Amino acid sequence: MAGFNKVVHSYDEALAGLNDDMTIMVGGFGLCGIPEGLINHMVKLGVKGLTAISNNAGVDDFGLGLLLKQHQISTMIASYVGENATFEQQMLSGELNVILTPQGTLAEKIRAGGAGIPAFFTATGYGTPIADGKETREIKGRHYVLEESLTADFALVRAWKADTMGNLVFRKTAANFNPMMATAGKITVVEAEEIVEPGELDPDHIHTPGIYVDRVIKASFEKRIEQRTVKAAK
Amino acid sequence: MALTREQLAQRVAKELQDGFYVNLGIGIPTLVANYIPQGMQVMLQSENGLLGMGEFPTEETIDADLINAGKQTVTAVPGASFFSSAESFAMIRGGHVDLTVLGAFEVDVNGSIASWMIPGKLIKGMGGAMDLVAGADNIIVTMMHADKRGNSKLLSTCELPLTGYGCIKRVMTDLAFMEIKDGAFHLLERAPGVTVDEIVAKTAGKLVVPDHVPEMTF
Repeated sequence: MAGFNKVVHSYDEALAGLNDDMTIMVGGFGLCGIPEGLINHMVKLGVKGLTAISNNAGVDDFGLGLLLKQHQISTMIASYVGENATFEQQMLSGELNVILTPQGTLAEKIRAGGAGIPAFFTATGYGTPIADGKETREIKGRHYVLEESLTADFALVRAWKADTMGNLVFRKTAANFNPMMATAGKITVVEAEEIVEPGELDPDHIHTPGIYVDRVIKASFEKRIEQRTVKAAK
Repeated sequence: MALTREQLAQRVAKELQDGFYVNLGIGIPTLVANYIPQGMQVMLQSENGLLGMGEFPTEETIDADLINAGKQTVTAVPGASFFSSAESFAMIRGGHVDLTVLGAFEVDVNGSIASWMIPGKLIKGMGGAMDLVAGADNIIVTMMHADKRGNSKLLSTCELPLTGYGCIKRVMTDLAFMEIKDGAFHLLERAPGVTVDEIVAKTAGKLVVPDHVPEMTF
């Protein structure tokens, strides 16, 4: 019996059940905090027709850009998709359906999805093309747009430390969309830099409780930097 | 003379107050961080999940897990915190950020702003801009007053797809500092050496000009 031990030892196990035409959430902001190994394995599996929910679309040769290159994504829900020529070309040709979503609304849609809230009102996007076709309502003198929440068949998350029970700690700005996505996947798969025994993580310091997590795999990451900015050493 | 990008940032920095939490957008707004007055404490919010953004790291301290919303490697100051994107936009949407500075392609006399899309030309997405303009009460838009051909970017009605409707109250351009109220731009200050006539000529939307328009000081 595995009990609460969620550790898997191969990417095939980590992504077992992932099929064509599924919806996936992929953590990360730019290339920071992306589950690199899980993305690479989706390329290897060759699953197609995916709906991908992620803040960005990676770059041409890293992150979700790799899936785009193999034409594995049919719909992309994101807030910012610059820095990726493959993406732009597939969007303009109509091959790729793109749903641009304000970043805060995207984060809240995912948070709400994981929390069992089907929709919420937000002032973001009122009076803009984002509100086209959506219900609006005036509440206490302000105008709001009704936004529906998001869930996914698979949420692919990157954490810094996990314990074998799936409790997670994120590191610095690599957290970004990962904590919400962990709550919004029917199956949540976590790629962690380090896996420790239960009790080793201070319960006061756990960002994501293990109840949300189904599988954990240990990985090492390239952690490619998109904009390397440094100041001169003194 | 029209303001340089640096002067524009320098003038915006005069609007900072001690103890402010501030979100600076990409481009000219980012430069405002270089002109925080000595002795003043300001915490910079970066919407990817950082409150208390510091300067760029050195080659020794660079960390791929610590970036800003422009995806640049940065550092965190003492007292900084990290959090999720949902938490970050709770701060923004909930009106907890004291000052937001961001760029724009166009603004209009009703306080609407267009900054994220040029149909047929530029489709990169809005990122956090729509949330920032909807959530913040105190916003300064930094932009060029006119394009290279002299066409005004301060309009009666924005022509490009909107980022936000009726949400902008202050605009700092390379020529002037203006307030937006009652369906008009109100001229507050002009860039040193720039005449009121030039500002009038380059403002397409209704512009209210008081008898005396002081030059900016830095």
